[in-house]
Amino acid sequence: MSAKPATLALDVTEARRRRAEARWRYLKDTYVLWRRNRLMVLGTCIILSLILVAALAPLLATYNPYEQVLGDRLLPPSTQHFFGMDSLGRDIYSRVVYGARVTLTIAFLVAAISTPLGMLIGILAGYLGGMVDEVLMRVADVFLAFPRLILAIAFAAALGPGVENAIIAIAVAHWPSYARLARAETLNVRNNDYIQATRALGAGKVRIMAGYIAPMTLSSIIVRMSLDMGTIILTAAGLGFLGLGAQPPMPEWGLMVSDGRQFLVDQWWVSTLPGLAILVVVMGFNLLGDGIRDVLDPHQRQA
Amino acid sequence: MRVVDELLLDVRDLKVEFHTLHVVVHALQGVSFQLRRRETLGLAGETGCGKSVTALAILRLINRPGRISHGQVLFEGRDLLALSEPDMRELRGSQISMIMQEPKMSLNPVIRAGDQVAETLLIHDRSLTRRTAKARAVEMLASLGIPDAPRMAGRYPHELSGGMAQRIMIAMMLVTRPKLLIADEPTSALDVTIQAQILEVMKALIREINTAVLLITHDLGVMAETCDRVAVMYTGSVVEIGPVRVVLKNPQHPYTQGLLKTIPNNVAPDQPLFSIRGQVPSLLQPPTACAFAPRCDRAEERCRVEIPPRYVLEEGHHVACFLHQGRPEVGALPEPLTERG
Amino acid sequence: MGRYLLRRLVTLSITLLGIMVMTFFISLVVPMDPLAALAGPQAPQETVERLRALYGFDQPIYVQFGRYANRLLHGDLGVSFQTSRPVFQDILKFFPATLELATVAIIVGVALGIPLGVLSAVYRNSLLDQFCRVLSLVGVSVPIFWLGLVLLLVFYFKLGWLPEPGRLDIMLLEPERITGVLLIDSVIAREWEVFFNALRHLIMPASALGLFALAGIARIVRSSMLDVLSQEYVKTARIKGLGEFLVITRHALRNALVPTVTVIGLTYGGLLEGSVLTETIFSWPGLGRYMANAFLTLDLNTIVGGTMLVALSYCLVNLLVDLLYAFLNPKITYTSS
Repeated sequence: MSAKPATLALDVTEARRRRAEARWRYLKDTYVLWRRNRLMVLGTCIILSLILVAALAPLLATYNPYEQVLGDRLLPPSTQHFFGMDSLGRDIYSRVVYGARVTLTIAFLVAAISTPLGMLIGILAGYLGGMVDEVLMRVADVFLAFPRLILAIAFAAALGPGVENAIIAIAVAHWPSYARLARAETLNVRNNDYIQATRALGAGKVRIMAGYIAPMTLSSIIVRMSLDMGTIILTAAGLGFLGLGAQPPMPEWGLMVSDGRQFLVDQWWVSTLPGLAILVVVMGFNLLGDGIRDVLDPHQRQA
Repeated sequence: MRVVDELLLDVRDLKVEFHTLHVVVHALQGVSFQLRRRETLGLAGETGCGKSVTALAILRLINRPGRISHGQVLFEGRDLLALSEPDMRELRGSQISMIMQEPKMSLNPVIRAGDQVAETLLIHDRSLTRRTAKARAVEMLASLGIPDAPRMAGRYPHELSGGMAQRIMIAMMLVTRPKLLIADEPTSALDVTIQAQILEVMKALIREINTAVLLITHDLGVMAETCDRVAVMYTGSVVEIGPVRVVLKNPQHPYTQGLLKTIPNNVAPDQPLFSIRGQVPSLLQPPTACAFAPRCDRAEERCRVEIPPRYVLEEGHHVACFLHQGRPEVGALPEPLTERG
Repeated sequence: MGRYLLRRLVTLSITLLGIMVMTFFISLVVPMDPLAALAGPQAPQETVERLRALYGFDQPIYVQFGRYANRLLHGDLGVSFQTSRPVFQDILKFFPATLELATVAIIVGVALGIPLGVLSAVYRNSLLDQFCRVLSLVGVSVPIFWLGLVLLLVFYFKLGWLPEPGRLDIMLLEPERITGVLLIDSVIAREWEVFFNALRHLIMPASALGLFALAGIARIVRSSMLDVLSQEYVKTARIKGLGEFLVITRHALRNALVPTVTVIGLTYGGLLEGSVLTETIFSWPGLGRYMANAFLTLDLNTIVGGTMLVALSYCLVNLLVDLLYAFLNPKITYTSS
């Protein structure tokens, strides 16, 4: 008879050990899948490089990105100036390097604004339902009725040029898709046994929404966000190109492409190289996003 | 006494491998059996023993990473494994057909039921007009007991019940009156009440068309009702084969005996249910001995080091077990078999 | 089907109302005073005030909105500050050029994207598949304004194979304007030289936009084909003895097209966005360039009117796409939501 408690204690420890082991195996599988997917590895490397370049910009840049040496305007790429000089005598390589900071900042801020905003509205709509849902979703629908870039341009135009306004404009154009996603996920989990139990224990709405539902929706939102990053950067560059986003003399890549437009024929490097940077970075984010989606997709794991 | 029909299908030492990333899975480890015209042969065995792989191998639908590595499949004397793909395609659907387990998943969701049945006709008879084919399809549906056949023909698969969908499948695969029908668990996914109906319908049609049937199932009851002969598979090979009454009443292979004992029919209420001890072995190693030996109560030394050949017990009843050593072995195969490249 | 359509139209009108509110709101958000810009920096305050009264900007918001909505419903989008012509007229003038460009781009995208996606899925992990995946990735990641510039640089400036930015050679006259689409009008007027010239001018901008469309479509076709090819009914088609080509086209692709159609709708939105950038580079006299200028000069009426129309056409295309999707997918019943 006294054997029973001992076996019980053993079972609990055993269960805990098994859970930890399962978690470790999950992480290991994730790592293996990550390594198998060469493209995703490439994507991760690109993004990590971007972050490194942005962080170490002062060390990597060879010149001051704002310094103008008018005597050296429009020089071609050389060993001294890797990417050549622009029309105001600034070293393009250094500007591209510092531009990484601008790009990263914009992308991060847009995500930091639109994701929580979208999640908030989506979870509220999904959980509270009824009129709140109708109203919030109609509003989101109206935003979604516009192609995102056009909406961002319209807001950026209305708010006035400048990088801060561009960030707000892009965030405004992006939150509705996160809201819809969060709402769909909330509807899925709202009547989970887990949530119902929490409700039965007396948890209030806010606590449930913030503490339980929000984390549950997080993984799809993150996948969506990583897939969207590329688009956000393209939108920001587009705004810069049109003159509605970052303003001179900020070393924003889209703006740099626009600067070089008039010199395209003879001084191709002014426009081409910053644009290449945009391409590489966006590709990196897309690869990473695709990879994250593949990893989190249960089908792949069985392979 | 029935006149014995001629041989329709002769499967000889069929071996199939699956080359996955890390290991090679030997799904079929030497399957041999024969099927005569108008005969119904049941292929029994647990999940994973290779029944469905056998069916696909006969139709030559084993794709990467699978490979038919050895053996012959003689259909009306021609080796199917040596045919060109266009020739094989001519046979598929017109001479050899297959119906599968999940009818709703096996039907194309965006094409109407009647059109799918008619398609089989149109593939193999270029001279038919679409209208004639569709009319024949509707006739076929009616003969399968489908009420209001013309309207049913216009329905999409998701609008059909399970039983109805299976009838459509049967129609689709038998409308060309093939000589061989492979039925892979045709009733397993259906409700019990529908199962009986579908079996009746199938049997009637099979009798009418004089098709030979290879019925794959794990349900021994269905087998007893519908089959003339039965082949029991274990781990990728046939361990016992014979007339259905003989095998079910008087099984000679320890595995078959164990299988029959697991049926809970005649077990007294307070008796424990029987299960064969041990587990199905993995298919990762090519066979070197009797696959059932680890679980067999009567295994001897020889069983663990040699693969037992097939012994003839009486006409048509073969067993691959050393318990019957001394009996005549199934005759050496006429032509030498070539390894498949 | 009728009921579904009706429901969608009702939702559409509510959305339209929302669009009107939104675009009106945009015009309110402007911190700068466009009237001051119009009047010029030298104008005294009272001129600006008079302009304000003239344009009705001194009325309370809801009155302004009411008048705005009223004018909209009568098709009056106001006068463009830039061109001093009615915005509606300007839009009608520039729209066909964009339509021409977008349509060619979508045709390229669909005609090339679908086969590439199919081949990519069927010959998975082959060299062709890798190439297609890289191409799709680039197409989705490339900044379209940069691509346009690079195309111009290489094919016009350096190689001289393709003509200068613009719709036609300066020497040639546009044919009589019937639709505004040069390709069509020149055929009607039988001016073949114009037709081919216009076609040549279309190549670069349409390629830039087309690459984007192609990439998106190829990706979704590939991914849904991979899904479909592993389904049971594809096996059934093979068992019936159907040749591989028909198995892929008639059975697999037909199913894979269902989710593809929705992507085509989204792609159209992307093309509208892309045209704003592409037309600027190629001096294409279309809606996109018109709007880009309007955004820069804060030509409010144009911004509001143009944005609204863009949103409207985007909504309509999505509605069409939804209807097409429902048509293609028999599992959708029109009464369920």
